[in-house]
Amino acid sequence: MNEPGSIQLPQTVLSERTQATEPVVEAIKPPSIVRSFLQSKSSGKVADGTFWGLMIVCALSIFLIVLLILSVLVVNSKLSIHAFGWKFFTSSSWDPNSGDFGALPFIWGTVVSSLLAVCMAVPLALCVSIFLLEICPLWLRGPIAFLTELLAAIPSVIYGLWAIFILVPIMRDNVGPVLQKYLGWTGLFGGSNFGVGMLTASVILAIMIFPVISSISRDVMKAVPIHQREAALALGATRWEMIRMSVLRNARIGIVGSVILGLGRALGETMAVTMVIGNHPDISKSLFAPATTLASVIANEFSEATGDLYLSALIEIGLALFLVTIVVNGIARLLVWAVTRGNTARAV
Amino acid sequence: MGSLPVRSANSERMSSLRRSAANHLVTTLAILSTVVVLVPLVAILGYLLYKGASSLNLAFFTHVPAPVGQQGGGMANAIVGSGVILGLASLLGIPVGIGAGVYLAEYGQGRLLGKVIRFTADVLNGVPSIVMGMAAYALIVAKQQHFSAFAGGVALAIMMVPTITRTTEEMLATVPHAVREAALGLGIPKWRTVISVSLRTASPGIITGCMLAFARVAGETAPLLFTAFGNQFWSFNLNQPIAALPLQIFVYAVSPYDEWHRLAWAGALVLIAMIMISVTLVRIFANRGALKGGH
Repeated sequence: MNEPGSIQLPQTVLSERTQATEPVVEAIKPPSIVRSFLQSKSSGKVADGTFWGLMIVCALSIFLIVLLILSVLVVNSKLSIHAFGWKFFTSSSWDPNSGDFGALPFIWGTVVSSLLAVCMAVPLALCVSIFLLEICPLWLRGPIAFLTELLAAIPSVIYGLWAIFILVPIMRDNVGPVLQKYLGWTGLFGGSNFGVGMLTASVILAIMIFPVISSISRDVMKAVPIHQREAALALGATRWEMIRMSVLRNARIGIVGSVILGLGRALGETMAVTMVIGNHPDISKSLFAPATTLASVIANEFSEATGDLYLSALIEIGLALFLVTIVVNGIARLLVWAVTRGNTARAV
Repeated sequence: MGSLPVRSANSERMSSLRRSAANHLVTTLAILSTVVVLVPLVAILGYLLYKGASSLNLAFFTHVPAPVGQQGGGMANAIVGSGVILGLASLLGIPVGIGAGVYLAEYGQGRLLGKVIRFTADVLNGVPSIVMGMAAYALIVAKQQHFSAFAGGVALAIMMVPTITRTTEEMLATVPHAVREAALGLGIPKWRTVISVSLRTASPGIITGCMLAFARVAGETAPLLFTAFGNQFWSFNLNQPIAALPLQIFVYAVSPYDEWHRLAWAGALVLIAMIMISVTLVRIFANRGALKGGH
């Protein structure tokens, strides 16, 4: 990390100066060039400027990466944007042979599977956060928090592998028939149940986004000042009333942020979903029916896409995914910041 | 609580009963959902250990994949390939990530540019990995007309940067200002203060952050699908398609062959063991460092 600075100064001057100012050190142990440069005290201006420049280049590169991804996706999807325009997002035909592309089935699959996953994960995540912060004895808090965070460390492809061999049979043989029997009248659980499909994908997504929602909502709840809790308890509130009035109410914006963050994660999740959703570009009312998402159609078809228009249509799907996740994440981050930075001590 | 009107003793008793019932209900719900959440975790890890350990053998670590229909074979080339891609990604991603984190913590505090970059990093963190793969494809693979390990490394490096940036910034923020002021007060230039005082004090946390970013991308499959692409044979050439463990697991998991399913489980166990071991090792190492540097 120090090399860029040291190259710029003449080394002879440096070693002379070191010898002049620090003869004792020299006598004990001859310092290397790098070390003597590091120990020289008056090399400020040039090195400072260079270092600042290097750091700001690194920082700006993050900005550049986003711009680069955006521009590269826009340029490469031009063909499809010109050919289909806005109709691309409302048309439901996906026919590589005749060159007719529409993304509606994928948008449907992505939105439905993500929303279902969020609906399943949010109540659980909030309950676990409340348990860990307000109910759980201290000695148990660390291990359980560690375990739930371990869920986040498992790679997507391993979730997919587990889902194919464990979750799919369970959904097919145990959960599916029960849902069909008791909730069949809604029409949401009609048709044949192969185990792979929208519902299974949502369940695996819910498991995957749970740690995101849980850990961030916990941070947000932790940011609620302790005297808010004490005030509620002092007024005679039960623990639940205290949680509801002091914790949840003060942290609500941040909790919404954490939920949206989880949604953002679910929208872009690829591998596990691809492995269990069935990959069939169809809009069906039944949750048992196979579907496909924006991310999984890319994963499945991108490396086999023949023809410029096909490729460009897939890249336009990627562009849409990029823009949607950026907006969703942007909103979520702003909401989380609103709570964890500053505005926490709002009156109830 | 709202406004409390005057109540009879009876209605007050009822309400207190109701309140304590609600309290118990929520407590039970919270405990129950924690148990429910731990079930899939235990199920996944347990089944992985059971299936993986029974499928693992020496050939897995020493052989390349066998042709379809033949027994045996391993994923030696995929393990090494993953190492190559991850090494390249770390080489590219870690310096940039740390540099950006240093800028945010040491120069960008309270400035508009700092805020914008911090926000961009957070947002980039949430961009789906498959989009990164697509960008790397369009930038590198499409230009070169062939898949390459290099493209895979770049895609993963881009994914590492925002995580490392944010943890580096957070870790540097925990370094007390007095320490920096002491260094600056001795006439040490700012850049040296940053390197030898701030970064050094925060180094255990920064190393942990890098390791977490590493662990996160180590299991990524989606960005490698059309960059590194996979390879059935040995390859060390950065300019050629290369095998990677997560890719191989994916291909084997969706295949119709039992023998390949067995190898997928073994691969999954090895992958997760590699991730867990590296994270744990670094945590131990970082803790020791914290003790040494923390006086």
